[in-house]
Amino acid sequence: MDLSTIDPAILLASLMVASTPILLAAIGELVVEKSGVLNLGVEGMMITGAICGFAVAVETGSPLLGFVAAAAGGAVLSMTFGVLTQFFLSNQVATGLALTLFGLGLSALMGQGYVGIKPPGLGDVNLGPLADIPFLGTVLFRHDFMIYVSLALVAGVWAFLKYSRAGLILRAVGESHDAAHALGYKVVLVRLAAIAFGGACAGLGGAYLSLIRVPQWTEGMTAGAGWIALAIVVFASWRAWGVLIGAYLFGGVAVLQLNLQAAGAHIPVEYLSMSPYLVTILVLVIMSSGRGRAALNAPASLGRSFHASS
Amino acid sequence: MKRRTLLSGGGAAAATMALSRPGLAQQDKVKVGFIYVGPIGDGGYTYEHNQGRLAVIEHFGDKVETVYQESVPEGADAERAITQMALGGADIIFTTSFGFMDPTINVAKKFPNVKFEHCTGYKRADNVATYAARFYEGRAPCGHIAGKMTKSNKIGYIGAFPIPEVIRGINSAFVHAQRANPDVEFNIIWAYTWFDPAKEADAAQALIEQGCDVIFQHTDSTAPHAAAAKAGDVIAFGQASDMAEYKPSPRVTSIIDVWSPYYIERVQAVMDGTWTSTDTWGGYGAGMVELGEITGPVPDDVKAEALAIRDRIAEGEHAFVGPINKQDGSPWLAEGETPEDGDLLTMDFYVEGIKGDIPS
Repeated sequence: MDLSTIDPAILLASLMVASTPILLAAIGELVVEKSGVLNLGVEGMMITGAICGFAVAVETGSPLLGFVAAAAGGAVLSMTFGVLTQFFLSNQVATGLALTLFGLGLSALMGQGYVGIKPPGLGDVNLGPLADIPFLGTVLFRHDFMIYVSLALVAGVWAFLKYSRAGLILRAVGESHDAAHALGYKVVLVRLAAIAFGGACAGLGGAYLSLIRVPQWTEGMTAGAGWIALAIVVFASWRAWGVLIGAYLFGGVAVLQLNLQAAGAHIPVEYLSMSPYLVTILVLVIMSSGRGRAALNAPASLGRSFHASS
Repeated sequence: MKRRTLLSGGGAAAATMALSRPGLAQQDKVKVGFIYVGPIGDGGYTYEHNQGRLAVIEHFGDKVETVYQESVPEGADAERAITQMALGGADIIFTTSFGFMDPTINVAKKFPNVKFEHCTGYKRADNVATYAARFYEGRAPCGHIAGKMTKSNKIGYIGAFPIPEVIRGINSAFVHAQRANPDVEFNIIWAYTWFDPAKEADAAQALIEQGCDVIFQHTDSTAPHAAAAKAGDVIAFGQASDMAEYKPSPRVTSIIDVWSPYYIERVQAVMDGTWTSTDTWGGYGAGMVELGEITGPVPDDVKAEALAIRDRIAEGEHAFVGPINKQDGSPWLAEGETPEDGDLLTMDFYVEGIKGDIPS
């Protein structure tokens, strides 16, 4: 075993890259769930975002436009979910699952002509002298802009939910849609906005995968990342910073175990591979055992349909 | 969660016809089913199997109908997918991944009149045949190129699962890389998945960051090539498919699986009523494995040597020729000795010189 070949700074830097797709998707889903909607279609929206972003980036040569298109694509797809669940009051779990299947199929169709194409690269943000700081420079200040966008999104969502009036309304809708309705808030409108935001974030996450992390288009390339994003929201017990920790933990363990293997470490990799899932199960057990103090943090109206007449 | 059944054109209509004219439909068309482990657009392993399916349609035209299901998880769920296909009236079903072995055997017991063909496994029954390609033969010239081309003497290898098929490939690549360059070291990562582009790319990235400048993969997508292209100055080998999109570099050559002739032959056997349970394992000689065009930075002399290795194997030389010791130093093959197929099929050890343990 030769662990000296692992550079901790590079390891931490690639940890951030590996975590960003699920971080983006999870922070969007957090807002959706905070508004009382359970959208299980994250995987479908991610992969649709991945191909929308990829296609536009390839056609225009601009990764930036690609990300914009990915967010738009994810949001548009999420609106099919929004319309079905908010206006036609369809079951959210079933509709979410259908959205995933639909997204996977749609993306495979859209991506027919894009297999094997290299997308235009996205340069790192030039942070001048910051990038030259030993260790920290490599870890934090030599990334592409999407990493910073994802961190800003986490901070923004946290501040929005905690301090803004709109955030308060969103949480009220998620806790008790009847009470929020009685107070005159447009429950359906708030939820549609949240769903669109969630779709846009999932789309960005998918595009990060296809434009930066891999970077290529392959059918089904999200390979379950959307489901991990869903788990992370629960893991974080619906807190923005918890999502950041959860995503980096998942990404971190994944990258760490690959690096340890490459360095020839004598550790059973099976256990490392399953460790993020074990941690999640552990957190869920702890959450539900302590008379659910944290479990109570789940939005009370999560997954319930709302109709003004009820 | 990512599964969908796609019936080839007119499948539903044909099924209706079959209902109205049960006897005739049976005679008219042979229904051929395929169970894939990844999506047909993976650009690698499943893509090539699907090319084989398309060749069957091309060859037989109206006489066959094909169905396939992609991204079927290995394990219990595979049994459901295979059963569904057998219930759907398939006459012959190809299950194309190692992990479908037990599910295939289980389903085959329930459908004695349906023929099953399992790829890369070793369990057979009266109605279950096995077939595979000698992928390890394909690794030999690639290993030679890897040994000649590496500057850091560190070669990265991404394996899917620690099963004999993958271990055989690692050993074959290593033996030939070491003959070309005695200083080579292999760094091996087990991905524990056949298809997860993000993870495959991360694995390649980790290997490159630790100084590997040649990447082998035994996973199904082209993601490691994308990672190699991003890093620059790293070469890789197409796996299962040509992966020509990454020509001329990082992809410098490839190991191509060729399934079409086998699929056509077996479907023909079903039509003729001559199908029997067989065990097919062909390599360069049988045309089931091909070496892709050698491109990019590979110098002409290395290219010629690699082609010579391929030609010798195609003419009957074995990819493993002694003396070769096992990792612990105990002898495996004596001078000039070659292994039996049985030894290869159950291979669970590294050859001498590879560091690290095979996860159990």
